Amino acid sequence: MGKYLSRLKQDLRVQEGLKACMNCGVCTAICPAAEFYKYDPRIIIETVQSDNDEEIEKLLKSDTIWYCGECMSCKTRCPRGNTVGLIISGLRQLSQELGFFVESEKGRQQFAIKRTIGQCILDLGYCVHASIVAPRLHPEQGPIWEWVYQNQESIFNKLGGNNFGKVGEGALAKHDDETMEELRNIFKVTGGIDFFNDIEKHSKRKAKEMGLGFKEEGIDNEYFTHVFTYNSNEHNK
Amino acid sequence: MNQIEGKQKIWAEYQKEIGDDNFFFVRSCIRQSFFPGSEQTFLKIMREYLGKRVIEDYRHTTCTGIGYHSDIVKLPTIETVVARHFSLMAENGCENYVPSCVTSFGIYSEILDTWEHFPDEKERIAQFLKEATGRTLATPKNLAHTSDIIYKFRNEIAAKAKFKLVNKKTGQPLKVVEHIGCHYSKMFAKRSQGGQEFPHVLVGMIEAWGGEVIDYPERRHCCGFGFRQYLVMANRGYSVANSYKKFESMEPYHPDFIVANCPGCAMFMDKWQYTIGSMEGRTFDQEGKGIPVLTYEEMAGLVLGIDPWELGMQMHQIPVETLLDKMGVDYDPDKKFLGFNDEQLPKPPEIVFQRD
Repeated sequence: MGKYLSRLKQDLRVQEGLKACMNCGVCTAICPAAEFYKYDPRIIIETVQSDNDEEIEKLLKSDTIWYCGECMSCKTRCPRGNTVGLIISGLRQLSQELGFFVESEKGRQQFAIKRTIGQCILDLGYCVHASIVAPRLHPEQGPIWEWVYQNQESIFNKLGGNNFGKVGEGALAKHDDETMEELRNIFKVTGGIDFFNDIEKHSKRKAKEMGLGFKEEGIDNEYFTHVFTYNSNEHNK
Repeated sequence: MNQIEGKQKIWAEYQKEIGDDNFFFVRSCIRQSFFPGSEQTFLKIMREYLGKRVIEDYRHTTCTGIGYHSDIVKLPTIETVVARHFSLMAENGCENYVPSCVTSFGIYSEILDTWEHFPDEKERIAQFLKEATGRTLATPKNLAHTSDIIYKFRNEIAAKAKFKLVNKKTGQPLKVVEHIGCHYSKMFAKRSQGGQEFPHVLVGMIEAWGGEVIDYPERRHCCGFGFRQYLVMANRGYSVANSYKKFESMEPYHPDFIVANCPGCAMFMDKWQYTIGSMEGRTFDQEGKGIPVLTYEEMAGLVLGIDPWELGMQMHQIPVETLLDKMGVDYDPDKKFLGFNDEQLPKPPEIVFQRD
């Protein structure tokens, strides 16, 4: 077995999601990403199954693996019990561990997700918290959200149990120090922090290569803005 | 066995077991941020209207599911976070685990399935949990989404109803689009009500409360969240395009409102209507205001006669007044944008969609 497939097969999700594909293409027929992007989940599974290191490496460095929305619609329809969405998760993890993700426009976006969602998890104990949904980053949220965003304390206390930003039960309550320590320890013990550091390390290298400004923290830097907003418009059908 | 008994036997295979009392409730990051009133309403319905025991523990954190499905959080990490949540449940003397989020529900389902298929992995995670937190791994006896719970008690809610899902002027049932979050029934069908083919969790509520369900071509299509496809600004075309496809498909059936059991889906179908309306002046209703998008707690709350501004419906971008008027719900427009303790907050601008 080649070096990439043997690593992929260590991932439980790949073990669960890759049985034996007969190339019927029903996954592609139902896939929302395949309708929008130049994306064919059937080809993904065919490439992985081929055990061709050169082809798999090309895939790991491509935009292709980042098109999937992980809705898992593919799981409902495969007559052989394959789940391309799970294989995609395995490919994305390997791409990040090897630093290949920075070689594609869509892959580089992992840095933006790490700096927003990842940081929110470690700082606040939430994946999403109203305070990070800034209207300048989310104009699609509209004026009602802007109203909520500007009056967070009053609105969340009114509607969410009156513990906004305080330790206790209720919407967007603050997590106590012991809870946050347990959460951060989980990230340390399970390799979650190392994974974040890998994303940072490779992104910093790529920012330098691309001549874009990079800061060790936060989202006010050129590289973040670039990966968060840039669209070459070469991805769609 | 006659034909009806045969059908009942087949349908029984699509039912899931749902606990009856003593629930361990955990909030959702997205719902807390966009629908805080819905989670409070769930607690109110369960505790005050149905007399159930629902425990919440402030030490519960994110499940990290959005990080996991945007591939910045690795499987062992999310497994251990989930293991900690189960440990909190056991510490509170509960066995019925009830997440409010559909992404989380999918995560919990996936991890329980993983531990069943890979017992060594479960042992590894128990060790991670002990090392990181000193806690002991437990697993729930029953896992049900909050929509499963409301579904289970839909007839009890109907018995206490003050309003029906009926147009008060015409006497006709309101026409409802129901949208099931993909991770509720597409991943682990046996853990959903009705399975992947006949998801019944919202249909059961709508029919019990007098409404009529619309069947339309793209009924089971994803709302388009797609995790990284929304989180990163450059990718949001994917997300809005998927919702657009659904709106176009449902438009000819003239829905009175949309209801979703997933926090992301409800939020996106609300916000993308605003986006499409702002960009193209196009709406998918007859009045040019957009189709109101509700959570199932908001739908239940209206049926029970709870004030819409207590339910949090002022946080919707697409205004809900057209629906409230059809149902004959009383509401005070002057109280819509009041804050905590009736604090007078500046009013957001009213949006009028106009074609170029």
